[in-house]
Parts: sequence; C-alpha cells; structure tokens
Amino acid sequence: MTAPATPAAAPLLEVKNLKVHYPLRGGFLKRVVDHVRAVDDVSFTVARGRTTGLVGESGSGKTTIGRALIKLAPISGGSIRYDGSELVGLSNRAFLPFRKRVQMIFQDPFNSLNPRMTIDGIIREPLDLHFPAMSRADKRDRVAALLKRVGLEPEHMHRYPHEFSGGQRQRIGIARALAVEPEFIICDEAVSALDVSVQAQIVNLLQDLQAELGLTYLFIAHDLAVVEHISDHVLVMHQGKLVESAPAEEIYREPKDAYTRRLLDAVPKLAV
Amino acid sequence: MFAFILRRLLTLIPMLLGVTFLVFVLMSLAPGDFLTPIKMQRDVPAELIAELEREFGLDRPWYVQYGYWLGNVLQLNLGYSWSFKVPVTDLIGSRLFATFLLSLTSLLFAWCIAIPLGVLAAIYKDSIFDRVSSFLAYAALSIPEFFLALLAVWFAAVTGLFPIGGATSIEHDFLSAGGRIADRLYHLVLPTIVLGIGGIAGLMRIMRANFLDAIRSDYVQTARAKGVPEGWVMFKHVLRNAINPLVSAFGFSFSSLLSGALIVEIVMNYPGLGTLIYHSLLREDQFVVLAAIMLSCTMLVLGNLLADICLAWSDPRIRLESRD
Repeated sequence: MTAPATPAAAPLLEVKNLKVHYPLRGGFLKRVVDHVRAVDDVSFTVARGRTTGLVGESGSGKTTIGRALIKLAPISGGSIRYDGSELVGLSNRAFLPFRKRVQMIFQDPFNSLNPRMTIDGIIREPLDLHFPAMSRADKRDRVAALLKRVGLEPEHMHRYPHEFSGGQRQRIGIARALAVEPEFIICDEAVSALDVSVQAQIVNLLQDLQAELGLTYLFIAHDLAVVEHISDHVLVMHQGKLVESAPAEEIYREPKDAYTRRLLDAVPKLAV
Repeated sequence: MFAFILRRLLTLIPMLLGVTFLVFVLMSLAPGDFLTPIKMQRDVPAELIAELEREFGLDRPWYVQYGYWLGNVLQLNLGYSWSFKVPVTDLIGSRLFATFLLSLTSLLFAWCIAIPLGVLAAIYKDSIFDRVSSFLAYAALSIPEFFLALLAVWFAAVTGLFPIGGATSIEHDFLSAGGRIADRLYHLVLPTIVLGIGGIAGLMRIMRANFLDAIRSDYVQTARAKGVPEGWVMFKHVLRNAINPLVSAFGFSFSSLLSGALIVEIVMNYPGLGTLIYHSLLREDQFVVLAAIMLSCTMLVLGNLLADICLAWSDPRIRLESRD
C-alpha cells in the first residue's frame, strides 16, 4: 500500500508504461491506418500478499492488462517486472516458469473449462506440465485435495464441466489455478458472471485462500462494490488509461478523478 | 445405448413400408411394365406373355401385387430381375459391395484431406495458405462431378497409369488373394479422387469455421495460461471441440454417397449401385428398384445412427438417452 519503500516491501509486480495497441487496417491495400489503444501508457505496482483491485467500465482495457501480464495479449511497449525479472520480450519457452507462478481465473465459468475434459483432466493438465516428476497417485491425491479445498467433493473429479452450476464451475477454475501453487493470481472478472449470493461465497473463498497461502491478487472487476470489499489498493481505468490509483478506503472516501466519482455514483445504494 | 439402437432400427420398419408403398404406386402409374419389351417382339406368342403376367401377378391390381411382394420380402425373397435375368439378391449383393467400397474410400480420402486443410486454414487465418486453399475449395465445388470424371478418364487414357474404368481387371478371377485386393484398390484410385474432391471443399469450410469458433473460446486461453504448448492446445483443446459438426455430416455423406455416385459410376464405368438403379428404372425392373430403394433408406438410417453413436462417443455432453 502506501508504506515507505523498503527492500522487504518491494512490489511483486511493477508495470511501467505498458502499451497494448491493436492495428486498425483500412483502405484498398489494408494498410495500418490507426491503432486501437486498448492499454495506453499504464504504470502501477502490485504489493506482495495484497489484493489490488482494477476497475473500469467494459472496454476500458482492464482485461487486456490482465492478459498482457501473462503473455496472452500482444504488448506494444513498456516493461513488466515480476519479482525483479523482466517479462516483456520473453519467448514462450522462457516464459513457462512464470506460468507456474502466475495464474489467471477467467470471467466466464461456462466457457473457460474445456467441455470435452473431465474435472480431473482439467486440474491435472497443469500438474503434468509443471510437475513432470510427480507420480500419478500423487497427482490424483492433489486433484482430490484441491477440489476439497475449494468446497467440492473429490468424487466430482470424474464428471464433466456441464454437470456443474456456475458457482461450482468457478470453484473448479480456482482449483485449476491453485494446482501449480502460484503466488500471484489474476482474477479477471472472476465473480461477474455469478449470482450475488454465489459471488459472496467465491469472494470469501478467495480471501480464505489468500490468508492461508499468502497469495497476491490482481482483482479485475467492473463492480466497485465487490472491489471495495476485497481490495487493499484500487486502480481505476478509463479508455485505456489509468485515471486513479489509491488505497481502497481513500478512493471511496474522497475520489479525486471525475470518472471515479461517476463510477462510485453508479453503485446502487440503499436509501436510508 | 442398446435400447437406443434398437429403437432407431425399429423406426426403419414404418419408413421402409411407406417408401416402398410410394414407389409401388408411382411405378404402377407409369405406363408399361417390365414385360413391355417382349410384348413388342412379334415372335413371342401371346399365350406365353399371358402366362408370364399371371406368374408375376401383373394381371392383378397394384395393391394386390404390393401385398405379394411384401409377403415375398418377409421370406427374404426380393424377387427376380427380368432385365438382368438373375435373382435381385445376387444382383444387389455384388453391386452393393462395389459401391460401399467406393463410398468408404472416397469418404476417407475427403476427410483425411479436408480436416488438416481446414485446421491449417483456421490457424493461419488470412494468410496466403488460407486464401489459396479456400480458392481451391471453391474451384473444386464449382467443377461438376461428371467433368472431373471425364478428366480422370482422359488422364488414365493418356498416361496409362490407371485403368480407364471398371472395378476389376479381366484377369481378376485368376489372381491370388493379395493380387485381387491390389487389383481392386488400383481400380478404386481414380473414382475415389473424383468422388472425394467434391466433398473436400464443403468439409474443409465447415472445419475451418468451427475451428475458428473454438479458437476464440475462453478454455483455449485457459489452456495457454496453464502453459500448454501451442500445438497441443490446437490438437487437444480446439480440434476435439470443433469436430462435432463433421461427425454429424459423416452420417449424411455416408448415405448420399450411395446414390450420389451415379454420374461418376456411369462415366467411369464403375459397376455400382447407382448405375444399377438407373438402368432398372429405365427398364421398369420393378423389384430391383424396390430393393435398391429399401437399401438406400436403410443406409440413411444406419448412417445417421452411426453418426449419433460417434457423436456421443466423442462428446461427453451428448447422451443418447437419460441415465435413469
């Protein structure tokens, strides 16, 4: 948060002047005429063991940031330093160790699990990739333990994704992300597609896991109420740019940017 | 599963009854019958014709004839082909094997080319490869089959690399078992390519579209985030999800190939079911037509059944019936 920078409090993630531009082609020869600036010159840091919220409306570029961090979106410029190492420009092979350390939970629990694979297959796949030395029995035990940890039954491992509800699927997504023992998890609108009561369950599960495993979260959402509940620090994005960055309480108490105020006003309140 | 297959097969019975009934009505509406050619020969005595008519029941009304025919079919007697002078069962049996073989090889050929091409076109979307392959696909779609068949025959005649027609050589019966198989396959090459090419284009476009749909799914991003190598992502995560419509298409192409091979069979002189149906329709060889049509219907139902079973096997979300 706003603690003075000491070596112990060095941020886990340091993003500087990150740019993700998509070319727009036009004209007869399909030349590049302009760029969509999905993420334009964004800099921020994420503190170790904390939750950083990233809010903004649809199309503001927050999901693109999340994807760029794990090399799923093309980076046009800037630097991403993760625990002291530069991630921008790494080859797929060189990036592989970071795929073990950084995981992502996706927005749509219905589309983010391969319908052709059993739950066991889905959770076990990252184990096969990142723990090749692990025995079959150990992997099986680990999948069972992970399912149990996220509140599902180990017997569920032989079922397919379509046999589960949205909340259960998101728990499977969390178990999958946890499988490789990551230290940093990007939650890309992880609860937006769920019912409000289920949202609360998943958010609580995420918080329990953070306390237990010392995880660092980047929590991407368009819903300020959820972000307020879970975050220590909040970043606000608007049209590809970062408009505000402040500790959570501060941003809710006295938002500085006009856009943040508009976002806050849009949160429905109970008339007392 | 077993009950599902049984139920599907049982639906065949009313379907076959309906179709044969219709064919019977239509053929009885047409003037003449399979005895018309000999009636026109002056040296055939009228008594003989009357006797034949009685023997085949042609002097009775059509519904009585249909009843006779049904009775015979139930005893597994499909009747006698007047124009080919052999029992229908023998006739169909040999032709069915030839057509079945050709359908199978051309289907396999089309699939083996179309799936990799479609996948590559989707992965390298908008590249030169994608454009060239889609141009070739449209070209293949627009060339009529008979023309391709003519080209193939011309190619065979000019180069002498392949037989010009037929399913076997003259000396087929004198060859060893291995030699016979080789001879069959050798004769299958050109018809297979000609029949397959038309299918490639459609299958490839379906494959490409489905693959592109699947590539954009979130689970593909999930797989990449897990660190799955790109080639494996395409094969294990995308292809398995994109292949469903092709499996369903398989059932239809299976049945349509039996009847759709007519033109190729005629041009390439391939002794298949298509030519048989055509000739027997021209000669009003009633029993052959009926048997061939029953066969086509059965193939349609079996093909779709096969496709459904394959689909259920490849996609866990599809269950053929409720578990309870």
